[in-house]
Amino acid sequence: MIETNVDAMRPYKTLLRYAVMIFLAYIFAFPLLFMVMSSFKTENAMFADMYSLRAVLPVGDLMLDNYQNVFRKSNIELFFFNSVIITTLNVLLGLIVNSMAAFSMARLKWKGQEFVLIAIVSLLIVPFEAIAIPLLMLVAKLPWIAFEGGELVVQSSWLNTLHVQIIPGIANAFQIFLFYQFFRDIPKDFDEAAAIDGASPLRTFWSLIVPMSGPVFATATILAFLANWNNYLWPILTTQSESARPIMVGIQMFFSNNTDWGEIMAYSTLTTIPVFIVFIAFQKKFVASLAGTGIKG
Amino acid sequence: MNVNTPMKTLVAALLLANSSLALAAPTEVTMWRHETGDAEMQASEAAVNRFNASQDRWEILVEKLPEGSYTESITAAALANTLPCVFDMDQPTVPNFAWSGYLRPISDYLSQDFLDGLNTGAKGQYKGQVYSVGQFDVALTLFTRKSILERFDIRYPTLEAPWTKDELMAAIKKIKASGEFAYPFDVNTNWTGEWSSYGYGPLLQSFGADLIDRDNYLEAEGTLNGDAAVQWGEWFQSLFEQEFADRKPADDKRFQNGKIAIHYTGSWSAKDYTDAFGDDLAILPPPDLGHGPVVGGGSWQWGISSSCKHPEGAAEFVQFLMSDEEVAEMSEKTSLIPTSSGGAALTEQYSEGGEWRIFYEFSEQYTVMRPETPAYPVISSAFDKAAQDIIDGVDPQDALDNAVDTIELNIEDNGGYGF
Repeated sequence: MIETNVDAMRPYKTLLRYAVMIFLAYIFAFPLLFMVMSSFKTENAMFADMYSLRAVLPVGDLMLDNYQNVFRKSNIELFFFNSVIITTLNVLLGLIVNSMAAFSMARLKWKGQEFVLIAIVSLLIVPFEAIAIPLLMLVAKLPWIAFEGGELVVQSSWLNTLHVQIIPGIANAFQIFLFYQFFRDIPKDFDEAAAIDGASPLRTFWSLIVPMSGPVFATATILAFLANWNNYLWPILTTQSESARPIMVGIQMFFSNNTDWGEIMAYSTLTTIPVFIVFIAFQKKFVASLAGTGIKG
Repeated sequence: MNVNTPMKTLVAALLLANSSLALAAPTEVTMWRHETGDAEMQASEAAVNRFNASQDRWEILVEKLPEGSYTESITAAALANTLPCVFDMDQPTVPNFAWSGYLRPISDYLSQDFLDGLNTGAKGQYKGQVYSVGQFDVALTLFTRKSILERFDIRYPTLEAPWTKDELMAAIKKIKASGEFAYPFDVNTNWTGEWSSYGYGPLLQSFGADLIDRDNYLEAEGTLNGDAAVQWGEWFQSLFEQEFADRKPADDKRFQNGKIAIHYTGSWSAKDYTDAFGDDLAILPPPDLGHGPVVGGGSWQWGISSSCKHPEGAAEFVQFLMSDEEVAEMSEKTSLIPTSSGGAALTEQYSEGGEWRIFYEFSEQYTVMRPETPAYPVISSAFDKAAQDIIDGVDPQDALDNAVDTIELNIEDNGGYGF
């Protein structure tokens, strides 16, 4: 009799569980849905729908005018291109440099290894804001060789360039520590087997460690992508001319001279699309990496 | 032939030198401005083009930067020694930039007579020296609808006789009692940051208090937390306790949507509200809460950097911008309040009898500049915190005492900011 009651309660429990999950999903998805749906509405329709479920539904007179105006009023193509270049190079170079640095500390033996590791880990507690000004003063005086008008020229500063937004961010203490933790837990037997087969440390890294470290590379990619794509402070400090500005500065510029919220939502939606793509592409491995980290803890 | 050769050579050299002077490219003067609405951006670009076309000695090169982080960009450029020659800045930041050494006194390049011809709100000063000048200003005001005043039999206040505190409160109570408006009054409580000192500061001053003791710019004790200030705090808090105003309004279109009856805000809303209500719109002076109506002064202004290599070119450009014709042109294109009587006279809206002349009068008669001290950013944020706390129900005396402590500690930490 009791078992029958439990069975009878099961659908209600499932229903309740789904209701809670839908409610939570709505809370988390609301800002995103609101942004995307509002980008297809007029400002008046957006405000009129704000107090009902219509705010997150594709209802009313939908249009693409907001997107057309974004492209007409702003230089979004340039900012978008700059952001793609900066982020892609930063992520790729960062993955290579940081993973190799972590490999050398986790899998190789060399003098001063522990000291370097401690120094890198201690850098984790230094916020970027604390080093932004000294770094700015440094890059303002660093020379650079550029190719302009068919000839090589020496520039006296890194300011107002794309490379000033790429190079200082490549080496990243957090990424090194992330890779270090992962590499450390891979059994050393693999390295020994590879060494017996005559593999050099570099060969071991590329052919053995990297293929086994998909989750940590996915995690590092997502985190580095987000950090670079959303970077605002450093570009603001170092790019005073429009030609080198990334998308996050672009959206702030657009917001500065626009009061139409529909257009602002359209700009925001366009800005968010690459983040979505990267997250969806690496989602499975990202979750696997997080789950793995949890088990270790 | 031989005798003439040196002479010919000399003449040729002189001609060549002369022609090269005549053909010399104008000297480039770099300029930064913040990114803002289309109307102002286009008006600004047109002014630069007119200046560049009006003479051949200087060429202004413009760079536009996002407003949200403009001050950070200026600071970063100053540290990297890449400040432009001339740049615009929000007037409250001028004393801090001057104290930090980013600016040179503009009064060294513009005559005193010229500066005297500008309204108070047109000048950014630090320790009595003018460091910046601006073409336009904005003013605080009360918006309502004539039909509301008539329906509730409320006196229409004028420049000569603005509402007293009692009249304002009586009007709000009467409208509230009708049940037609859940919140009859609105003071933009959904805005934080600079709005508190710009919007609520004048209300505090109208009570007879101030954000800092302007005799020394070192102390806030007794000024920001004295009896008058606490009375302001209690009055301000009562607006929310009695539900005359909403603590957390959802959007900025409440007045246009008919959800509030009286809106205390800035002249920048006049165009939208005129479009919404036409002749029914009533533009009223800010209330006299005991010590006369007050509006904040100073908007975006132009200054010359201390690192500028061609300050005379920059000054020539700034003087050009501040001519009556250019001040009027900017006002015509943006609807902002011109900062000189000559400029106002050339506009349609702000000349005598113009639709928005009343804003010019507010600006000319009621302006009290926000404290012209490098400590202003701290004063502003501390007062904002106090105002938000008061709105949320914190005892006004406690909230203002905390603000005083924060301000005075900061001033002390910075050696008095030069005062």
